Amino acid sequence: MLKDITLGQYFPGNTLAHRLDPRTKLMMVVLYIVALFCAKGFLSYGLMALFLLLCVRISKVGFRALVRGMKPLILILIFTAVLNMFYTPGRAIASFWVFTLTVEGVWAAVFMVIRIALLIMGTFLMTYTTSPIALTDAIENLLGPLKRLRVPVHELAMMMSIALRFIPTLIEEADKIMSAQKARGADFETGNLLRRAKAMAPVLVPLFISAFRRADELATAMECRCYHGGEGRTKLHVLRYQKRDLFCLVTMALVMIGAVILGSLGY
Amino acid sequence: MEMLKTERLSFAYPEREGEGQLVLKEIGLTVERGSIVAILGHNGSGKSTLAKQFNAVLLPSGGKVWVDGFDTADEAAQLEVRRRVGMVFQNPDNQIVANVVEEDVAFAPENLGVPTEEIRTRVDDALAAVGMANFARYAPHLLSGGQKQRIAIAGVIAMEPECIVLDEATAMLDPQGRRDVLETVRRLNRERGVTIVMITHHMDEAECADRLIVMNQGEVYLDGAPREIFQRVDELRAIGLSAPETVKLLDSLRKEGLDVPLSAISVEECAGAICAALKAEEKNAPKGNETEWNQF
Repeated sequence: MLKDITLGQYFPGNTLAHRLDPRTKLMMVVLYIVALFCAKGFLSYGLMALFLLLCVRISKVGFRALVRGMKPLILILIFTAVLNMFYTPGRAIASFWVFTLTVEGVWAAVFMVIRIALLIMGTFLMTYTTSPIALTDAIENLLGPLKRLRVPVHELAMMMSIALRFIPTLIEEADKIMSAQKARGADFETGNLLRRAKAMAPVLVPLFISAFRRADELATAMECRCYHGGEGRTKLHVLRYQKRDLFCLVTMALVMIGAVILGSLGY
Repeated sequence: MEMLKTERLSFAYPEREGEGQLVLKEIGLTVERGSIVAILGHNGSGKSTLAKQFNAVLLPSGGKVWVDGFDTADEAAQLEVRRRVGMVFQNPDNQIVANVVEEDVAFAPENLGVPTEEIRTRVDDALAAVGMANFARYAPHLLSGGQKQRIAIAGVIAMEPECIVLDEATAMLDPQGRRDVLETVRRLNRERGVTIVMITHHMDEAECADRLIVMNQGEVYLDGAPREIFQRVDELRAIGLSAPETVKLLDSLRKEGLDVPLSAISVEECAGAICAALKAEEKNAPKGNETEWNQF
């Protein structure tokens, strides 16, 4: 049951989108989000959607996979749409009780949904084409300058990669504990939500205890392998920008500028 | 020069109940460079605590530990100590840091600040040394226990240590995994002259060592060649350890009056010794006895 969870959601491949430096992809996503928030009308949103479509085509990630990733967020989408529809002041079309539907509200709702959908798909496209390790590396590298401000960048990246490393181990362990409890008559499948949540307690307690023990052992093992923080560390895989990274970044920047200009003109 | 040396080493866990209870009591040992030493003892004998003293994970409460001439209590030398003595622990899952095999093997050299190109060669070399070169891009959780433990050993080899301490490294493995790990370790000793210290409670693992140290209640109980020590069946039994099955068999036969040496540890040697003893018996025995044998 727990084994079905897919984490990291990385689809390996060898397209331009996969080979791009993870830092480039991260920066592109940031620029894309900025551009999305500057977009205003059909033209600017159209430009953003077109660019995303192009990226999806290049990456060869199935469009269906992207849409599937949106499923858990549909509720949030509907919620924001409804809020926007009724709470935007403007020309009223219909009203009942305390709710007033406005023309501006409908437009705001439409654009908001498009904006969030594009935003989610854009970030998903990055996680689909970048392995979690590469992403961690990229974050550590990009946040590097913050080290001067005593932000523990290396430690955060290390924590992230260890967490990623132990997800399958802990899932396997949770599965084992659940089987052991089931063998002794525990019931995880019936009853209301509260009851099921209560049934999880005897699984979580041993899982936590074992996680702490693992942490202790791993810390010792890391010390034994000369780990002493991020200072003076070198890397097996060093990130290097290629020409294609510059090209993609420039393209992204141009698209962003286009969207900002169109947006500020109200299109 | 000796690789490891302890002098009147005592140790008590400071945070534990019953304070002042010594886990290690005035231990004086030297481990020669290039040797394979097995440390045997049952639970609570202090063998794992002793192992952790060898690379400054634990520091002595009394006495000294030297690693290749460095005092482990000297904080400035800690990194030097740790890069010389690699540790492999019992649970392979809890010592693998990264989620790709080659990244994990690269962990120690990365920490030591080895240049990127050299890390690459060290990783490839270490993976080849444990016979896992084909698994460089694998995720560790997809490997078997024995394979994971070999990755852990590769991670230590990449540090280029002069000594590897295996702290019950085979305890959680199936027979095949155990054989693979032991074979790997022996080859490292033979081909690269790496000093090996094996902490174990398996008698048969101790067989392949040059020297066997038996620990009991924080003290060195017996110390010598495995062959010698296994012959002291009664002394081993006194502290709850048993000799290998072969030696036990030979011991019983001896007590029945058959003249066999106790030094035959492996199954082949044991069989040979029994056959030789039976033949000798046959020769010496008077004619009448032979029929008795045949009837039997």
